[in-house]
Amino acid sequence: MRPKTPVAAWVSGVVILLSAVGARPGVAQESHIGTLTGHAAAGKKVYRRYCILCHGADGDGTGENAMWIDPKPRDFTLAVFKCRSTPTGTLPTDQDLFDAMTRGFVTTNMPQWLPLTHQNRADAVAYIKTFSPKWKTLKPGTPITIPPEPVATIESILRGRGLFQKMECWKCHGPAGHGDGPSAATLTDNKDRPIPPYNFSTGSRFKCGVTNQDLYRVFMTGLDGTPMPSFADDIKPAEGWDLVHFLRTMQPLNTPEAAIWKTWLASHAQELKPIGPPGTGQ
Amino acid sequence: MRTVHISLLAITVLGTAAMMVPGVPPAGGTISGKVTYTGTAPKMKPIDMAKEPNCVTQHAGAPVMTENVVTGPGNALRWVLIYVSAGDQGSAPATETVRLDQKGCQYIPHVLVVQPNQPLDIYNDDPHSHNIHPLAKVNPEWNKSQPAGAPPIHAKWEKPEFIPVKCNVHPWMHGWHLVIATAHYAVSGEDGAFSLQGLPPGKYTVTAWQEQFGTQTQDVTISGNETKTINFVFKATPY
Repeated sequence: MRPKTPVAAWVSGVVILLSAVGARPGVAQESHIGTLTGHAAAGKKVYRRYCILCHGADGDGTGENAMWIDPKPRDFTLAVFKCRSTPTGTLPTDQDLFDAMTRGFVTTNMPQWLPLTHQNRADAVAYIKTFSPKWKTLKPGTPITIPPEPVATIESILRGRGLFQKMECWKCHGPAGHGDGPSAATLTDNKDRPIPPYNFSTGSRFKCGVTNQDLYRVFMTGLDGTPMPSFADDIKPAEGWDLVHFLRTMQPLNTPEAAIWKTWLASHAQELKPIGPPGTGQ
Repeated sequence: MRTVHISLLAITVLGTAAMMVPGVPPAGGTISGKVTYTGTAPKMKPIDMAKEPNCVTQHAGAPVMTENVVTGPGNALRWVLIYVSAGDQGSAPATETVRLDQKGCQYIPHVLVVQPNQPLDIYNDDPHSHNIHPLAKVNPEWNKSQPAGAPPIHAKWEKPEFIPVKCNVHPWMHGWHLVIATAHYAVSGEDGAFSLQGLPPGKYTVTAWQEQFGTQTQDVTISGNETKTINFVFKATPY
């Protein structure tokens, strides 16, 4: 196998280089969802039929419908995504993109793409990754570790409430989670467009899922491209569940957390210090 | 500890010496000058920090002004980056940690320069939370919360890029992380003055960048231990 002439060495060197260069886009042209492999070529057909009108031919979020839509469609050329299992500043996993497509984005124009087959969706994920060069030079982040959820207790909920105060979640989300904190009105996304903070009183679902795990993931990874930062450096894994349990009490849902909270509040409301800036009440 | 410090110093000195081209006196040439503006510069506005009472208290009596265009005596322009954009014969990777402070709801410094992969520590000196949100496009964009008393955030940028940085909680907070692949740079001071030192002989393109007025370039040839003077004049518009 040893090249006999300088020319042969040069040629084999070029071949090795070319194959190395060729391998990287090859990886980016595929997606891996469990045992499924998605292919960008097939994904392009799916994309041009179902996604192009909003996300645009170049994936930059400026399709024909974009001007009528708020929030605006995702610009895939930036490779910045809200719903990830990976830390802030890292690319999402293929599964994250697949899940986002499957779930849709509540309160936006992005529907659930359940009518598409799993293979269709996996192919579309592979194609979406061709819009940014970052998919060739960077690897997806390592998904964060979520410890098993402990049973919700009033102690856990109260600790979570303390975190809501200490981490200053209320500055955007408001003291009661109504999305009306002092900084709410001036929030903008990474394209300088106004964006409201989540109002916990409006519903049951979050953009990135419905489960307690999904909620945990939101504040531990942050929603990249939006004002919602990652708290992974500030909130310990166990504390994360305290915050989840408290946040659940702010929603108009019959959750176990809400039941515990209401029972406790009936006889202890006067013990609570108000959430918000020092010296003011909610 | 002292020995460690001294040996670190020695390594730094040796490292600096090593990056010089052999046979060239370490002193090298200097490019210096001043950045000014003509026309009418926009008036900076006082920032209303009422939403963060802590910061109002910290700046009691002297409200903070916006920093998009900071001028000095004699039409000087502050916070202009001047750097060798072409002709650099190879800068050693920078290893010393650069510090960014969030204090009184301001970024200090307003314009921060780092080289690729240079360690950057971000501190929150305020008694309340900040979120630091660099709006990078070439590099990965991230957004991290930093409550009062939290340890510094260790960051670095891999690729050259001029990155605007903001805090979403305090929307007036605005700064820059300028990532440039050269050790030959300066940021103009209040008097608009700058100086690029230790340049080996060669042809250089020097670029001046001001966040609102854009970029200007000039070509300079250095041949020895001389000092060349170049000035940059930006045309200011009031809006």
